[in-house]
Amino acid sequence: MAGCAWRSMLSQVVGGAKRPALSSAAFFSRGMQTVTLIPGDGIGPEISSAVMKIFEAAKAPIRWEERNVTAIKGPGGRWMIPPDAKESMDRNKIGLKGPLKTPIAAGHPSMNLLLRKTFDLYANVRPCISIEGYKTPYTNVDLVTIRENTEGEYSGIEHVIVEGVVQSIKLITEDASRRIAEYAFEYARNNQRSSVTAVHKANIMRMSDGLFLRKCREVAEGYKDIKFTEMYLDTVCLNMVQDPTQFDVLVMPNLYGDILSDLCAGLIGGLGVTPSGNIGANGVAIFESVHGTAPDIAGLDMANPTALLLSAVMMLRHMGLHDYGNKIQTACFDTIRDKKVLTKDLGGNSKCSEFTADICRRIQDLD
Amino acid sequence: VCLNIPGFTLCLKRSVLAPVSLRPPPEKAQSALIGQCFWVFRICPPPALYGGRHTVTLIPGDGIGPELANHVCELFRFCCVPVDFEVVNVDSSMDSEEDINNAIMAIRRNGVALKGNIETNHNLPPSYKSRNNLLRTTLDLYANVMHCQSLPGVRTRHRNIDVMIIRENTEGEYSSLEHESVPGVVECLKIITKTKSLRIADYAFRTARAKGRGRVTAVHKANIMKLGDGLFLECCKEVASGYPDITFDSMIVDNTTMQLVSRPQQFDVMVMPNLYGNVVSNVCAGLVGGPGLVPGANYGEDYAVFETGTRNTGKSIANQNTANPTAMLLASCLLLDHLRLHAYARMIRRAILSTVTETRLHTADLGGQGSTSEVVRSVMKAVQSTGPLTLSI
Repeated sequence: MAGCAWRSMLSQVVGGAKRPALSSAAFFSRGMQTVTLIPGDGIGPEISSAVMKIFEAAKAPIRWEERNVTAIKGPGGRWMIPPDAKESMDRNKIGLKGPLKTPIAAGHPSMNLLLRKTFDLYANVRPCISIEGYKTPYTNVDLVTIRENTEGEYSGIEHVIVEGVVQSIKLITEDASRRIAEYAFEYARNNQRSSVTAVHKANIMRMSDGLFLRKCREVAEGYKDIKFTEMYLDTVCLNMVQDPTQFDVLVMPNLYGDILSDLCAGLIGGLGVTPSGNIGANGVAIFESVHGTAPDIAGLDMANPTALLLSAVMMLRHMGLHDYGNKIQTACFDTIRDKKVLTKDLGGNSKCSEFTADICRRIQDLD
Repeated sequence: VCLNIPGFTLCLKRSVLAPVSLRPPPEKAQSALIGQCFWVFRICPPPALYGGRHTVTLIPGDGIGPELANHVCELFRFCCVPVDFEVVNVDSSMDSEEDINNAIMAIRRNGVALKGNIETNHNLPPSYKSRNNLLRTTLDLYANVMHCQSLPGVRTRHRNIDVMIIRENTEGEYSSLEHESVPGVVECLKIITKTKSLRIADYAFRTARAKGRGRVTAVHKANIMKLGDGLFLECCKEVASGYPDITFDSMIVDNTTMQLVSRPQQFDVMVMPNLYGNVVSNVCAGLVGGPGLVPGANYGEDYAVFETGTRNTGKSIANQNTANPTAMLLASCLLLDHLRLHAYARMIRRAILSTVTETRLHTADLGGQGSTSEVVRSVMKAVQSTGPLTLSI
């Protein structure tokens, strides 16, 4: 990935320039990259520490900067994330996030929505790859769903026209559609994927999905090496549950993306093992685990760190550190395939710390 | 035994669920209640019944539609079913809406229709509306019912699926109200109304009760679309309070799709707005074996239209004799049930299910190499061996 190599080179240069100011930093080798870590709530802190431990064992050149993102009311009464968190993200550009809870009736919108708006995270990328040791009825799944994350049906624009009649507005804009299409094709090219499929419902929503499709077609003209197809949403759903191996990269507006990405997560085993990344403007990227905070098992050392770990691997690949990413991913998959030390949700009864320790051991063996 | 009161029919033996009028019965009829009669349902046979024969509108549609429609006619002729088809062709390439209006008029006349899917070219401008959608909204076919069951003899990843999907068919995202206020910014309106949500929720609960099913799940996205899906959910809850014998719960649509691919056996009856219904019904159809196996029905207050569940034109396999006729034939059985020709429906359905268990005759979509005509011939043979008078094959 040319962009990321340039970025990591730049951060090395910038990191090198900053080094002399921090005395303890002299201990770290040149090339350490700082990543903002948001542990989250519930099981968040324990899976974050598991990931940090694994990265230490792998000797990955990552320095973690922990931040909290509880919503605070800024000047003018608008809810925002704490300024130190924002400043850290803007500086580091890469973030790793655990699950955040959205308290009902807290008065503020969901944290995920706030983060999305603050950093303009326009693309949600979810690679769904079958995990060898975790059996599901679907095998050999290897697809990526790229979902437009800022507009579409989730614009939040709703009105009560008269008593008993509600309209929700689905917004599709040229710019957002072009941006997501460009990202999808770039991603396909950078990750050696052969085809991109646009998912739509233009037979019914002629103007809106029609605009989305037109933009995808336009962008496809500039990427002749990648096959571009269009498919109706219902046909995709129908074929996905019968034969998911026929799909490669899927790009779509917000609502379809939400449904399809969760459908694909279900194919490989659920949200506990699915990584996810959010790409924003200005090079910001936040990788996250999409499962809930699981308050019932928080603090009991029972959580499964796989989702956050695979998201962290996605983050390493995004930064260009493919070797470390592959090493950690292999160790994780080997542990799951071995079935000796699995957490409860994967079918075993080991603790989170044992699972983590096993992965660390395998990484050290791989070296 | 039926008692005819103007605008209202009392039947002592209720054997079919027909679209129910929401108008309360006149006082006279209520006092005529005797013991076990179930007067709530208005079970009038559709109007076009003359000399013991029904007339049904047949819209072949595009793609595999025409060949499957022919097979249905062939099968009905063979089984001596007292149904005559009035064929109305709808040319999807024509700009004018004359064809579809003729079809709608024919359906108003006959009360019932069997249709194939009419293709919509999505590259045409928005003034060209989807013909299928036009039909549904004009005739106010507010409930789309799809019953997905695991069939014996069809190998799928999940077994023992038995889900009934009831989908609001006329509003929601399919309102076709779009505008471009600023160049490059398109707004599409999704309309949810209280009346229609109450109507579909009531239909779902009535169906669940009539079919003896214990649970109704509402599928929604009310955490994001608070007003729209929130209203839908509220209406479902309101209706649920009137049916204490049926458990009601709700699930967010993305969680629903995830649960469907991991454990579809947990679902019983599902009710939802239009677009989620599209997604969920296609997922369920894929889970039980594909688009060639599941029939669908669209019910309104006064009309009923039957078609394949997943509404595909099958353009790529048209006229190759490889399409799976099961869905269309099962839809014709639903049609016969609606016309209260239950004996014929049972006979044909039994024959179809015995054919589907024969792996040798599976068509390409089920992984076999059988042809459409072979399957239909086998159904006819099965009918002949078990049924009463038929023509010779």
